[in-house]
Amino acid sequence: MAVVEARNLTKVFKQGELGAVNNVNLETREGEFLVLLGPSGSGKTTLLRMIAGLETPTSGEIRIGGDVVNQLTPRERGIAMVFQSYALYPHLSVYNNIAFPLKAQKVPKDQHKKKVEWAAGLLGIEKLLQRKPRELSGGERQRVALARAIVREPRVFLLDEPLSNLDAKLRASAREELEEFHDRIKTTTIYVTHDQVEAMALGDRVVVLHQGVVRQIGTPREVYDEPADTFVATFLGSPPMNLLEAEEMIVGFRPERFLPAGLIAPWAPLGEIAKTLQPENLLPVDLQSSGNRVPLRFRVQHSEFLGAERILYGILEGTRFRDKPVCARVSSSVLENYTADTTYDFAVPEHELQFFDAKTGKRIPPRPVSWQ
Amino acid sequence: MAVENRRLGAAMFSPAIAYIVLLIGAPFALAVMYAFSDARIGSPGFHFVGIENFRSILQSPSFQAALRNSVVFTVCAQIIVIVCSTILSIALEKPFRGRRFVRFLILLPWVAPISLGAIGWKWILDSIYSVITWVLVWAHVFKPYSAPMWLGEPHLAMASVILVHCWRLIPFSTVIMLAGLTAIPKDIPEAAAIDGAGFWRTLFQINIPMMAPIISVAVLFGTIFTFTDMTVVYILTAGGPFDSTQTLPSLAFAMGIQGSDLAAGAATSLFLVPVLILIAYFMLRAAHRAEVA
Repeated sequence: MAVVEARNLTKVFKQGELGAVNNVNLETREGEFLVLLGPSGSGKTTLLRMIAGLETPTSGEIRIGGDVVNQLTPRERGIAMVFQSYALYPHLSVYNNIAFPLKAQKVPKDQHKKKVEWAAGLLGIEKLLQRKPRELSGGERQRVALARAIVREPRVFLLDEPLSNLDAKLRASAREELEEFHDRIKTTTIYVTHDQVEAMALGDRVVVLHQGVVRQIGTPREVYDEPADTFVATFLGSPPMNLLEAEEMIVGFRPERFLPAGLIAPWAPLGEIAKTLQPENLLPVDLQSSGNRVPLRFRVQHSEFLGAERILYGILEGTRFRDKPVCARVSSSVLENYTADTTYDFAVPEHELQFFDAKTGKRIPPRPVSWQ
Repeated sequence: MAVENRRLGAAMFSPAIAYIVLLIGAPFALAVMYAFSDARIGSPGFHFVGIENFRSILQSPSFQAALRNSVVFTVCAQIIVIVCSTILSIALEKPFRGRRFVRFLILLPWVAPISLGAIGWKWILDSIYSVITWVLVWAHVFKPYSAPMWLGEPHLAMASVILVHCWRLIPFSTVIMLAGLTAIPKDIPEAAAIDGAGFWRTLFQINIPMMAPIISVAVLFGTIFTFTDMTVVYILTAGGPFDSTQTLPSLAFAMGIQGSDLAAGAATSLFLVPVLILIAYFMLRAAHRAEVA
């Protein structure tokens, strides 16, 4: 186990062009699951490849376990990596795929069998050892790739979108397994993904990257509830945060906190709410209690039914933000039927409002808003 | 419409059929017929003599030598070609300044007509005008009067023929190998690097095994080219000295056309058929495997 540090790390592929990774500083904690999250082209894979030693940094420093590793080859860094495509060796059996790192690192031969069986056992693929990769399903390949990565007990795990080639259902279970797996082996892990759900579910902390620049590092809750800027605010959450631009600042609120006014009962005691609502649409206490709410007239233009919830798209009416597009996420257990071209009373709890500087997009402390 | 299509199809197909029937089928049938007869150039008729030709050929020392030479040339040339083209393809895969120019240069021997290339080599290896000898003499490796006769001594002549075959085949083989090498997904050698494999391990345990199907395609093509070729031998040595470089095709030509014993020539060349059928079978299988992989 080891801590990975990046100091002023920069990668420029073509001279004169903007770097793929620009002056990145980050430091993992011991045994942490750190997720690099960003849209495609944000430099997250390049950053990971530099840590792996597959890409040479243009400038800056990489440290693993306190030692600068810039000059070391991948094999000397004590890392293991799982590729997006898994990169299994197609001509070798599963056993030989998993044993390959042992052979390459000159682990004594008599230990191979024991170690391969240990790694295969951890991932539940003991029965597949004699097969060739092409005879495996996507999920099995991913496990073989993980087994190959873990077999030599690396100091750091690097995972490059390992779930993106699985179908949606398998992805959810693989995510859970991955989480369990990390809990068991407790190796420092850096995980690259563009999928915010994966990032939120797996990460101890999330690094949000955009155009090669770190926008925010924080726990999933921090990056979601206290986004550092408008990019993080809109990149996380689906649909993204509603942003209303004023001259001096930008006001934002999450679609799931923009709710029918009746649902937000600011001063009502909990018991009374329980009477009026089904148990499943009980809202978190902080939405019901304390503080004021901002009433907004919401003209629904169209809605999407997603099973557990509905996404309502529309515009605001009245106030200085009239005609601004916003959306709301309403639980399906709210029985109200929202029809297009009708205006409803919605509201946002005041303490749910987020504030950003209009020029820089950076988060600023809450301040009074004049809605009229 | 359907009828018209069928006619069009037949019309489009007929040149290929005519080509195969007239230029391959007919000579082949003629060769089979001659091989079982006593046909000679200049005599109007012929009689069938059964397998008499094959029996006498098999006993002739020059046929045995030719068969051995064909095998030696093919095997030696293929080994050298595969080693060199593997090295070349690996060197040419990574981008560097002037890579396109080097690729162009390497492909040149394949583009030049084989007969012209062989004539060029005949001069390069000539007993009096050889540039190789000239350079070696200049470098004091040999004395001017004791310089080797590249095409005049049996072993040197064999080596020269193999060399020219290699010169001819390496470009072709390199192009095929480059295609095979670029078809390997980039992250597989990268995964090997991370797993701790160095250059040689990656080469022998990852890259070459993954290229195996395409290498076998290159080998089989090369084998057919070498085994059936008579241009190089004919131009360089005409089979000499003392039949030491005679191969099956050049022997068949020497006996059948130059020696006017059509029957013996046909029988000799028919010996190529089973070998080539076997190679063709393996080639199709390898090509299929390469496709699947």
